[in-house]
Amino acid sequence: MSRIDGKGQRFVALCMLGTLLFNYPVLALFNVSRTIFGVPVLYAYIFTAWAGLIALMALVTRSRD
Amino acid sequence: MLHGTVIILVSFGYLGLLFAIAYYADQRADAGRPVASPYIYSLSLAVYATAWTFYGSVGRAASDGIGFLPIYIGPTLMIALWWIVVRKILRISKANRITSLADFIASRYGKSALLGGLVTVIAIIGILPYISLQLKAVSTSFTILVQYPEIIMPVEAADEPIRQDTALWVALILAAFTIAFGTRHLDAAEHHPGLVAAIAFESLVKLLAFLAVGLFVTFGIYNGFGDLTARAAAVPKLREMMAPLGGVAGGYAGWVWLTVLSMLAIMFLPRQFQVAVIENVDERHLNKAIWLFPLYMLAINVFVLPIAFGGLLRFPDGSVDADTFVLTLPMAEKQELLALLVFIGGLSAATGMVIVETIALSTMACNDLVMPVLLRLRRLRLNERHDLTGLLIGIRRGAIVLILLLGYLYFKLAGEAYALVSIGLISFAAVAQFAPAILGGIFWKGGTRLGALAGLAAGFAVWTYALLLPALARSGWLPLSFLEQGPFGIELLKPQQLFGLADMDQITHAMIWSMVANVGAYVGISLSVAPSADEHRQASLFVDVFRQSGEAPGARFWRGTASVPDLYNLHARFLGSAAADSVFGEYARGRGLGWPDDRLVADAELVHHVEVQLAGVIGAASARIMVASVVTEEALTIDEVREILDEASQMVVYSHRLEQKSHELEAATTELRAANERLKELDQLKDDFVSTVTHELRTPLTSIRAFIEILLDDPEVEPEQRKEFLGIIAKEAERLTRLINQVLDLAKLESGKAEWVESRVDMKEVISDTLAAMGQVFKEKNIQVEAELPAKVTPVTADLDRMIQVLLNLVSNAVKFCDRTDGRIGIALAERDGCLRIDVRDNGQGVSAEEHEAIFSKFHQVGDTLTDKPHGTGLGLHISRRIVEHFGGRMWVESSLGRGACFSFTLPIGAGS
Repeated sequence: MSRIDGKGQRFVALCMLGTLLFNYPVLALFNVSRTIFGVPVLYAYIFTAWAGLIALMALVTRSRD
Repeated sequence: MLHGTVIILVSFGYLGLLFAIAYYADQRADAGRPVASPYIYSLSLAVYATAWTFYGSVGRAASDGIGFLPIYIGPTLMIALWWIVVRKILRISKANRITSLADFIASRYGKSALLGGLVTVIAIIGILPYISLQLKAVSTSFTILVQYPEIIMPVEAADEPIRQDTALWVALILAAFTIAFGTRHLDAAEHHPGLVAAIAFESLVKLLAFLAVGLFVTFGIYNGFGDLTARAAAVPKLREMMAPLGGVAGGYAGWVWLTVLSMLAIMFLPRQFQVAVIENVDERHLNKAIWLFPLYMLAINVFVLPIAFGGLLRFPDGSVDADTFVLTLPMAEKQELLALLVFIGGLSAATGMVIVETIALSTMACNDLVMPVLLRLRRLRLNERHDLTGLLIGIRRGAIVLILLLGYLYFKLAGEAYALVSIGLISFAAVAQFAPAILGGIFWKGGTRLGALAGLAAGFAVWTYALLLPALARSGWLPLSFLEQGPFGIELLKPQQLFGLADMDQITHAMIWSMVANVGAYVGISLSVAPSADEHRQASLFVDVFRQSGEAPGARFWRGTASVPDLYNLHARFLGSAAADSVFGEYARGRGLGWPDDRLVADAELVHHVEVQLAGVIGAASARIMVASVVTEEALTIDEVREILDEASQMVVYSHRLEQKSHELEAATTELRAANERLKELDQLKDDFVSTVTHELRTPLTSIRAFIEILLDDPEVEPEQRKEFLGIIAKEAERLTRLINQVLDLAKLESGKAEWVESRVDMKEVISDTLAAMGQVFKEKNIQVEAELPAKVTPVTADLDRMIQVLLNLVSNAVKFCDRTDGRIGIALAERDGCLRIDVRDNGQGVSAEEHEAIFSKFHQVGDTLTDKPHGTGLGLHISRRIVEHFGGRMWVESSLGRGACFSFTLPIGAGS
């Protein structure tokens, strides 16, 4: 595979987005001992970002090559 | 009351149910209606969630807060790359009938039996801690549950002889179950549809059980997330865990390495490779799995932290191991059934892992470790045995029992010193060693057999030294001084602070050094030692898998002689004669022959076909040896392999070029066809023109001749009449001259030979002059002329005579066509948008919409030419339009029948030709 098709490129971009979201320094922004809706901010952030990433991946699987 | 008997009965009942599901799915598959679906595929991938996830995550969360999450976030990130990486591995594996991870690596590096063996050894030793973790979890949960309603932690193994037996029994029962599951018969494709269905079911059970506990703890014991968090926040230790990243072992570095490690584990754990690649039946299933599997991981992790908080609040004195909170919380709340459900959930998590992992490992052990050795031992005369299927199955069964017993042994040796997650991570670090050889192998043709051997050996050695030996030392099997002072007191070689690299957790430490050694040796040796012909060929087949076409690209590389009966017998020995008949029959049919048929030739393609079939059962390396034993081969030199590869890539290049050329040709043909059409049209136009011109010339000529003949024949014509006739002749001659002049004019215009005298022309003057010249005509015909001329207009660059010609033409047309009795002509001149616009209006019968364009074509006469006498030559408007267009303007008509017509044209100001 000398070239990566459009769908592949979108997936690579998502992987990079995920790496950004779940890493220092973005992660450090949410590493505070506060709660939001009764849930610690860090956990709320991680699970929301995770769900968002999965939703985007589901979208990309439907895209064309 | 939960007696041990009840628990055991329920467990066996559950295993029986699994077996029934597997049996049903196998039956369906045999009947040709497999139950495969993307959902089953996605759920079977969730074999990733083992007892580690089920019990261990809570344990990890209780000490580290979010420290358990990288294990699931890493795979989510990796799965985003599956579209690129796993799709490629799938293609390669299908083309080469890969049976396991070891087979994949061995096959990539020239079908090397040595490399396959090394990978198998690393995989088995590396996975043992992981299997022991499952045994520990099942036996611990059983021991705890049996004490119900008391909650007593299992103490040191030595004090509790029954418990040792529990783990051993679990190992043996699982071995028996795995044998029944995975080695009932030999399948050339190594597909186990029943197994996959059962694993998918197990994934559902463990998810439901875990969610049930989570919901019970969060909403049954406490009043939702908020209540739980608020109570936890009151305890200082728990409050710290809410912003714990400082506390994740090794801080952010530890977090990153755990993520990377689990990214590799999701691909290279033998069981993940088995379910994701070997058991995959349809590449398109990836589309669903790519988001369903991460969603599964998300769901099974949502309640980890609430359970950890709940456990720490419920058992604040630390008397209960956090790894058991999932089970002990329902027990403490006297929820008998829920506790039993949890036990079953944990059992399904553990059994799923053990079954798939041992099947994958036993396939490797058989194909890449035992068989290559047995086949090489000539004393055993294996080549002469008629049916080897029994032997193959026997080896696999033995391997399963052995692997589980080794797992039990590791549990006994080192299982107590670590928590569940720490044990599992040691295995993750071991399988991560496969990453350079596999990823390098599918994207980099330069990787060689020696490089892969060196990389794997180096990485594995570092892993053993930095992770395995310390685990044994902590359990008392090696002196602790080995850890604390280093071997022989050499500080720099302390296994957990190698070369003085301190201040990080042991996994990060081991990963850094093992990857440095592994990648360094792999790349270094690959670049310095040239590959053999076999390696070169395999590298090309793997890396360029998407560029290959045709059925058997591997067959190009074989030269030698073989006989069909030899190949048939070889095939039958490993797969049975029924399977051999069907394979050869299908192959022969593909050649348009029957089976058996003497005309079937044992050519390179058949040899390759048989080898691939065999590889599906005994692995690529063993298949190579076996096929080589029945055929006479000519070894290809590396130059020959290169040549074949070059030839193949040349062909690809040629075919690309050919395709391009044919596209170009097609485009050229289309152009030519269009040009031809245009030419034909022009030719037709020319013919029409000639015939029209002749016709137009003949009409006046005919009338001139007719009158001349009258005058000639009859000298008695009255003088008045004679005068009238001569008048007509003169008029017709004039018309003829005009016509010829216009045709000549047109010819000049069309050929571009017309002479243009350009000057600054004041159109107002032109109009005034024209109207003055026509004054007499207007009077004769009693036509009223209205001119709307502005005081002054900008002069335009044009040919004065030509402009007068255009205006004369338009005005005389208006005169000709305006109302007979009450003729009105209007002329307007205006300057707008950088153009001069001239309108010439009449109040005649008008021009119908269809004629608007037609009247500007050559020889077009308004009205019926047969009945009406032509009013002009039919060239005036055409020539006028050409003149206007020559000066960059435009001419058109606006009119409808009965409403008069308005001919307009524009001339751009300040522009000339």
